[in-house]
Amino acid sequence: MSLYRDEAVVLRTQKLGEADRIVTLLTRERGKVRAVAKGVRKTRSRLGSRVEPFMLIDIQLYEGRSLDVVTQVETIGAFGLQIAGDYGRYTAGTAMLETADRLANAEGDPSLQLFLLLAGGLRVLAEGSHDPGLVLDAFLLRALAVSGWAPSFTDCARCGAAGPHLALSVASGGSVCPLCRPAGSVAPHRDTLDLLAALLTGDWPAADGSEERRRREASGIIAAYVQWHLERQVRSLRLVERGRGEGPRPAGRPCAVNGTTPG
Amino acid sequence: MYEGVVQDLIDELGRLPGVGPKSAQRIAFHLLQADPTDIRRLVEVLVEVTEKVRFCSLCGNVSAQELCRICSDARRDPSVLCVVEEPKDVVAIEKTREFRGRYHVLGGAISPIEGIGPDDLRVKELVTRLASDDVTEIILATDPNLEGEATATYLARLLKPMGLRVTRLASGLPVGGDLEYADELTLGRAFEGRRLLDV
Repeated sequence: MSLYRDEAVVLRTQKLGEADRIVTLLTRERGKVRAVAKGVRKTRSRLGSRVEPFMLIDIQLYEGRSLDVVTQVETIGAFGLQIAGDYGRYTAGTAMLETADRLANAEGDPSLQLFLLLAGGLRVLAEGSHDPGLVLDAFLLRALAVSGWAPSFTDCARCGAAGPHLALSVASGGSVCPLCRPAGSVAPHRDTLDLLAALLTGDWPAADGSEERRRREASGIIAAYVQWHLERQVRSLRLVERGRGEGPRPAGRPCAVNGTTPG
Repeated sequence: MYEGVVQDLIDELGRLPGVGPKSAQRIAFHLLQADPTDIRRLVEVLVEVTEKVRFCSLCGNVSAQELCRICSDARRDPSVLCVVEEPKDVVAIEKTREFRGRYHVLGGAISPIEGIGPDDLRVKELVTRLASDDVTEIILATDPNLEGEATATYLARLLKPMGLRVTRLASGLPVGGDLEYADELTLGRAFEGRRLLDV
């Protein structure tokens, strides 16, 4: 029996048998790992809430034949409650988890950048300091970027001609100059392109100050971009609730709680 | 591999939840050796279940009639409605003998990752029911996990503007357990929901 320890974000859980769950984790060292958490659906489980989606945990597992088995869990960031307590954050967060699950497809293939991006994104989402839709869109763009599909919103994505350019083509990878512009390119509003660039680079003051209709246009482009590269639909994107006028607000209770499971 | 119908029986039993190939084989041989009248009774119950059982038109619970036993019971309090995810939860709450109101079964929880949104649950039926019934309090008794919490958040936001008292089941320490074994979220919830002792 070989034990190992890692940090992980819980991506999703599926019921298994009477009281067990299969948890899909995005770990810092080992990429995506699927493991069995035994007895977690019982009310007296000691793992209980720690292996729920959105939780950032320090986890010990032992290698099984097909699936690993969870033995101990310690909470690093309990983002679940703050996220589930707000429907907009919940739908945005679920889309983040599903996208991360799709991008980290090869199990055992380390994806440290994606892990850090997801953990950071969930922390921001739980704190509620930015609009959940913007947090989701920034995560989607950057997750694609760290996976090798970085879009360009200034220079031409095909020939590299210095921008800004008016046209945008999802298939070409972002902005395109008049010479490269393929058929079917769109011409988004100038402010939308600025918002997309701000989300990609992490310029939050610019993103927070954007107008609602620009956010809608940007999220449509990002959704198309995600779908183009993942080659399939991200189901939870359809259910994301956007634009209920939730602006920045002070963080509520501290979201990081530390605790241990007894041996 | 067994011959014909015996193998078919093993295959069918093996499709049931929690029954593996070995267990299926054991059950099949038990059935082959059992008294034919016992088997006939089992067959009759299976047929009856598939033909007669349906969902209550009002609350969505499993029922043999148009209205389930609880919805058609005039002694139940019509002003309190308890919202649960599955018919199994109705049974669990009924066992407590604490609740005398009526139920509404959603048929699951909101889980975008599985493609389940509010429109896939019996939320519309709940709103229609509230418009006509004389309900004053809604108890949200969805599971205390992430999907359940999110579903409760969604429903609370939807129902509060209707002028109803919306409550959520308490979370906290299990009766008969040790404090030191509780996870920090549960213990935190128990602190939030502590109550005054009237001595």
